[in-house]
This record gives sequence, structure tokens and C-alpha cells, in this order.
Amino acid sequence: MKTAVIVFPGSNCDRDVQIALRNATDSEPLMIWHQETEMPSIDLIVIPGGFSYGDYLRSGAMAAHSPIMREVVSRAQSGTPTLGICNGFQILTETGLLPGALMRNTSLKFACCSVFLRVENSYSAFTHHYDDEEIISMPIAHLDGSFYTDDFTLTKLIDNSLVAFRYCDASGNTSKEANPNGSLHNIAGIFNSSRNVLGMMPHPERSTDPIMGRTDGARLFDALVASF
Amino acid sequence: MIRQPRINHGAKRLLTESYNTVKAQIHITLKTGVLDPQGKAIESALGDLGFDGISNVRQGKLIELDLTESDYGKARALIDNLCTQLLANTVIEDFAIELDD
Repeated sequence: MKTAVIVFPGSNCDRDVQIALRNATDSEPLMIWHQETEMPSIDLIVIPGGFSYGDYLRSGAMAAHSPIMREVVSRAQSGTPTLGICNGFQILTETGLLPGALMRNTSLKFACCSVFLRVENSYSAFTHHYDDEEIISMPIAHLDGSFYTDDFTLTKLIDNSLVAFRYCDASGNTSKEANPNGSLHNIAGIFNSSRNVLGMMPHPERSTDPIMGRTDGARLFDALVASF
Repeated sequence: MIRQPRINHGAKRLLTESYNTVKAQIHITLKTGVLDPQGKAIESALGDLGFDGISNVRQGKLIELDLTESDYGKARALIDNLCTQLLANTVIEDFAIELDD
């Protein structure tokens, strides 16, 4: 399985993703600098977290127009599994591959903690190693993670089971108290309509080894390898 | 909600061929109904400072730029394009354009 990690100026989770992919696939991921315009045949594209372009203008806005993104959009639209984590999720919404926008946390504080997530849909290449409604845990670390979209799009996401993960408490309640950033409907991650693109604010790559205290994220990468 | 440009038909512009840039101000604001926690924090800080009677504080962005396109119609169309492609995120933001020479 050939994987690629897109690297922007300001990416800071690219190496973590590189290690997670190396361990999951037993091969070396291709690190692709954002100025590239082409990439070879790839089975999984990951847009990592960080602060691409220092979050200038809006988080992800500048990176969405980097030269390589034209190719990423084209591949994603043709069905290549594409995962955007944190800043990667923000970039995917800015390109229009995913609907909605990630806005400033309602607390106005940088949220850096472990959260519980409820798996809303295990029917995808990314989530099929989880059970529906399973409660998992991953870290978050962001200032702009409040998912917003208009009512029409939100209804469409829910009705078409395109919500991947929702913030919840340890018992699985998607309460206001369990919402770390003010996201509508406690949304932590969404799919595109074909479910080959996933954007999520939590960091699966930071929960891939027992030494990190949790391994729920490893199951997402393992699921991708298994579905290949 | 695009504002009409303020057109200044000054004589200087007609006489000087090289003086052909148009200044644009682009106001980017959050759409009505979109939560603005920063605006709320500013409003609360103004209240703490003792300013009464202030409500509905909303924070936005102002972007200024110069254009060589001197036809106002074309300049507006161009900025419209800049805004929808990069400067504004139309999922959450509106923009208004002001042109001046």
C-alpha cells in the first residue's frame, strides 16, 4: 500500500503521521512538499495537522491553494482515500472537498486534551475496525475546531450518515459539556458523500502506541490497510 | 450584500495617464446567525470598562488592495472573484466591496 503525507510550511504532525503510516503499512510513506504539482499512484493521502502558513487569513485557507492541492482534490474526487487531520480537516473544508467550516472554539481557548468520541458510522474504509456507537478516545489540540455549517447541510450530513465521530462523555452522551469547542451537533469528523474523504479534528496518529497511553487511533490506520 | 462603489470623478485621474490604480477596501464579516465568540468577548470587555448600551458586537476583517483595472465594473467583478476564491469563506462570511481612486 502506497501512502503519501502532504507537507506544508507550518505542518507539525507530518512526522507523527509518517510513523503511524510506516507502522501500519510496513512501508515508507511518501512525504510530498506542497510546492509539488504531481504525485505518483497513491492509495492513501493524508493531510496532517499543524498551522500551515501560520493560519494566515483563515486556518487552512492558504494551504488549500498550494500547488499540490489541485492534484489532491482531483485524486480525492476520483476515489482515492484521503484523510485530513486537524489542520488537514480545515484544509479539506477550504478546498470544498468537505462541507462546512472550522471556526474559533467558542471558549476562545486552545483546546488541548483527550476527548471521548462516539463512532457514528463504521461503514467506511477508515472506520470499519470500530463498532457503531463504540466509544473511543483520542487527543485534540486546536483553536479553530468548532464545526459549523448551514442547517440544510447539517441535516444532509446527519440523514446520509456522513458524520463519522461525535464528541461525547465516557458513557457516550453527546452532551454540551462533552463538546470541547462548540461544534454543531458535537461533530468531530465527517465524510464526503462517497466516504472516501474523512476530515477529523482529533488526532488518531497520537494514539497509535501503548506508550502514548492509548491505541484507538491505530485501528483507523489498520482499517485503511485492511480495506486496501 | 455588495455596496455600490464610491466613485470619485476627480479631474486629476483624467489628466494623468500613469495614475491608474484603483484602491479597494473589502469588508469581510460573519454571516448573520453565525456565532462570533470573539465579538461576544469584546462586547463583554466593553461592558467591563463601563461602556453602557453596546450590543451586537461582531468582529470582521478589512482587506485593502490596489488594482490596475480602472474600469469599476470590471474591478468589482475581479474582486468578487478574489473574495469567493480566497479572501472570504462564503460558508460563514459575507463580503462588501468599496472602490475609490
